[in-house]
Amino acid sequence: MNWLEAIGSVMGIIFILVFVGLMVLFFATGRGRTVRNLRDIPAYTRLRRSVGLAVEAGTRVHVSLGRGGLVGLPAGSALVGLSILDRISRAASSSDRPPVATSGEGVLAVLSQDVMRTAYRNVNTEEQYDPGAGRLSGLTPFSYVAGAIPVILDEQVSTNVLVGNFGSEVGLLTEASEQKESLTVAGTDQISGQAVLVAAAQEPLIGEEVYAGGAYLGAGAFHVASLRAQDVLRWVLIAVILLGAFAKLVGLL
Amino acid sequence: MKSPFLLINALIAIVTGVVVLVGYFVPQLAGIRELLLQWAVILAAFALLVGVVNLLMVHLKKMGKVKKGGIYSLILWVAFFITVGVVALDGPDGSKSVLLFDIIQIPVEASLMALLAVTLAVASIRLLRRRAGLFTYIFIGTALLVLLGTAPLYGIGEISFLGQVRTWITGVLSVAGARGILLGVALGTVATGIRVLMGVDRPYGG
Repeated sequence: MNWLEAIGSVMGIIFILVFVGLMVLFFATGRGRTVRNLRDIPAYTRLRRSVGLAVEAGTRVHVSLGRGGLVGLPAGSALVGLSILDRISRAASSSDRPPVATSGEGVLAVLSQDVMRTAYRNVNTEEQYDPGAGRLSGLTPFSYVAGAIPVILDEQVSTNVLVGNFGSEVGLLTEASEQKESLTVAGTDQISGQAVLVAAAQEPLIGEEVYAGGAYLGAGAFHVASLRAQDVLRWVLIAVILLGAFAKLVGLL
Repeated sequence: MKSPFLLINALIAIVTGVVVLVGYFVPQLAGIRELLLQWAVILAAFALLVGVVNLLMVHLKKMGKVKKGGIYSLILWVAFFITVGVVALDGPDGSKSVLLFDIIQIPVEASLMALLAVTLAVASIRLLRRRAGLFTYIFIGTALLVLLGTAPLYGIGEISFLGQVRTWITGVLSVAGARGILLGVALGTVATGIRVLMGVDRPYGG
């Protein structure tokens, strides 16, 4: 390991430790405050209302988790999708039509089943659990979309939550949702997918908004704390980038 | 009371996650990190099999109920077994396996890609109706400029000025915006990973 790699490793460890420290600090100091001080994200406000309406109307919520596995960068958005699935499964556990999850990766399909089963168990409605509600719909981008579209069109879905790793093919899912006049809340970690969602989704989630799902859907004080830690570190990174640009401008770098 | 298995699940997940994370920074743990990641890949392959079986069972149920779209479920079953049969007999790189891929999978995906182009055009028009405002006009105006700068116009050919505008938009504006978004994505990914490592999020049950 040369000295440059060593510095990189040390910086990486420090970054993670600072992140953990901030999360614990905000968790300890902000337990009673929950989401009141967070900025409004209309997508999550509409989603909460829509899940409630779906339970009352006996319609289904469809959560699509994308094609990201758990190894690599897409894992982050996939885990957030699972976290949102957990919250929705709890909220809609008493519905006549429980939520359905589609994914484009084997591990995600298995985890979606596990998340739903755990959510039902936690609210004492495990008999509602149906392994068929967590589905692998396809393995390539378009076969995944082709497998998920019939769920949107034919299974009395009133709300679609598309959170995970999607490319531009997500546009076909949002179009199917439009045809059924159902709500689409959608976010992805891919730039091409985000560009499509800005135009095609009723409630797009941009950038870090995707990762705020747990905090806004009441997953607990730790989610709110992690959101605050993200905000602090984003400002730190912005400052570092601006300082770097300034140093380059004046010839220091 | 929660099952002890849930606690064991959480412990295994947290310890494994911490070892893999530390392995990126401490070279002495790189070997263990690689081993654990290989195990993860093997487990993912088994999960894929579980997923495929789940997919087949869902479609078997659909066929049993004889409801709308049941015929497509039957087609999926038939296509699945034909594909498995051909690839098992011919090998994944065999000419028949490749032919199956070339004459079915690629044309179908290309058709969906073409459909996507139309869908996006419709979505852009719908956006004007749904969220008419300054940013929507900027968004659609920028998309049109990039399109005009990319594809030559019928009867006119390429317009060099539009090409330059397109290069500036994609090379400066969109790169700056994308970096800002990716910064948020990276921080969100780290925060999500830390929550899993601390056992706050347990997507593996618990």
